[in-house]
Amino acid sequence: MTFVNWLKRHLVVIAGLLTLGYLLLPNVVVTVFSFNQPKGRFNYEWQTFSTDAWTDPCGVADLCGSLALSLQLAAWATLGATVLGTLIAFALVRYRFRARGAVNSLIFLPMAMPEVVMAASLLTLFLNLGTQLGFWTILIAHIMFCLSFVVVAVKARVMSMDPRLEEAARDLYAGPVQTFVRVTLPIAAPGIAAGALLAFALSFDDFIITNFNAGATVTFPMFVWGSAQRGTPVQINAIGTAMFLVAVLVVVAGMVIGNRRKRQKA
Amino acid sequence: MSTLTEAEAPPPLAPAPTTAKPPRKRGRWTPYLLLAPGLMWLLVFFAMPMVYQASTSVQTGSLEEGYKVTWHFATYWDALSEYYPQFLRSVLYAGSATILCLLLGYPLAYLIAFRAGRWRNLILILVIAPFFTSFLIRTLAWKTILSDGGPVVGALNSLHVLDVTSWLGLTAGDRVLATPLAVVCGLTYNFLPFMILPLYTSLERIDGRLHEAAGDLYARPFTTFRKVTFPLSMPGVVSGTLLTFIPASGDYVNAELLGSTNTQMIGNVIQSQFLRILDYPTAAALSFILMAAILLMVTVYIRKSGTEDLV
Repeated sequence: MTFVNWLKRHLVVIAGLLTLGYLLLPNVVVTVFSFNQPKGRFNYEWQTFSTDAWTDPCGVADLCGSLALSLQLAAWATLGATVLGTLIAFALVRYRFRARGAVNSLIFLPMAMPEVVMAASLLTLFLNLGTQLGFWTILIAHIMFCLSFVVVAVKARVMSMDPRLEEAARDLYAGPVQTFVRVTLPIAAPGIAAGALLAFALSFDDFIITNFNAGATVTFPMFVWGSAQRGTPVQINAIGTAMFLVAVLVVVAGMVIGNRRKRQKA
Repeated sequence: MSTLTEAEAPPPLAPAPTTAKPPRKRGRWTPYLLLAPGLMWLLVFFAMPMVYQASTSVQTGSLEEGYKVTWHFATYWDALSEYYPQFLRSVLYAGSATILCLLLGYPLAYLIAFRAGRWRNLILILVIAPFFTSFLIRTLAWKTILSDGGPVVGALNSLHVLDVTSWLGLTAGDRVLATPLAVVCGLTYNFLPFMILPLYTSLERIDGRLHEAAGDLYARPFTTFRKVTFPLSMPGVVSGTLLTFIPASGDYVNAELLGSTNTQMIGNVIQSQFLRILDYPTAAALSFILMAAILLMVTVYIRKSGTEDLV
């Protein structure tokens, strides 16, 4: 009976942890199989332990090239989407203007559209205009679909800002530029950073839209997609695991620094 | 308004003292200048392509001779009658994945919001961090997990689960890979965080004292959940289901990597029409139908659920 009661009380926790396991299981598999030495071309069955993929991550042709291209694309797309999105977010929160409803839906729609539809329609545009597909068409597409997410992230932060802080700055004879740089921007920074981080992650991992608009250019996700047909090198798993670890480290470091600052202020 | 008063005021004889100046000139054009670059981007690369796509869908011609707009609406009819199984499958798979995401995601979101204590941030990180391993790599990992004769398939087999799912048409024989079950499993996995995060956000806002109040009024835990917690988490449920269903319905990655030719979704058809068969009018028509269907569903769903603030 006590066991049944215990189970009843902790049912939510058990179910939640099972879901968490479901979410993390593929990452465990990816990590374990980064130490595999597969027999054939595909890395789906466990054979023998090996650290080859970790000691020689660029050992497969074009792999690191595609990784570098993806990082480069993500950096530019993040910059573009963050600048454009932040401007829109400020306009939406701080100003009155005509056609607000239309502007809102133009920003909402890209998030409510299956990727394949955006990808296909953008390709028809490029085909009709005779645009050469490649780096620039991918970048255009990435900025387009990251933009709305930046707007949402920055908007949330700017909305919760106390307008009296800026009034105070102006009362203390700060000019508009000074007020913006010294007061507005630092307060909005966490929202902008969140938007930029989201844009980077979305762009770096995008496959569907890139697949349509890349032409012969190969980004990292496209390399993985191609390898699912041609044979999956173990190096893919090593890189995937490394990215997971770096992400966790960065987030944990950020939280530790944030906590320390909070404590210092208190 | 500041510009208005300035324009109407007579020109001052002496320069006005600085304190009398309006705090900050808010030009009438500032919002438009701020909006212009981003909105132009969306107009040219999001809205205009939709127009081009609509136009392409009513063109006829061939790759060699070029396409012309001939208002050939029959393309829509032909595309629908040829590919309605894939459309149906998309709705079915995406719908099942959405329901599974809700069932699996709710306990975890609840756990993070109310029961995790000092583990809260760690669990949140663990939910988000997998994103940084490319989703294609993680989807390929399911090939290993669900592989024929692997531990998962073996366990399901010995529990006779596969007999039931085979009978339901979800799996075929001793295999899970290349069946609808594998595709739905992959879709559920891929979009689960999009369900958990909005759920968590709306659960976290709930005042804990409401639970206490419900308990004080003799509500049992499940009644508290049904009458207090769940209704208050509705915004999260609505945006979570939308964020799961919309991308899942257009997905072709899971169906391609984990499924077979019998599990193709509409995304697979659009992709192959566009990139392999190069039948642009049919592909554009299919994509247009998918867009219209999604927009219709989303609008009806939002109206019914009565939540306006999604963004």
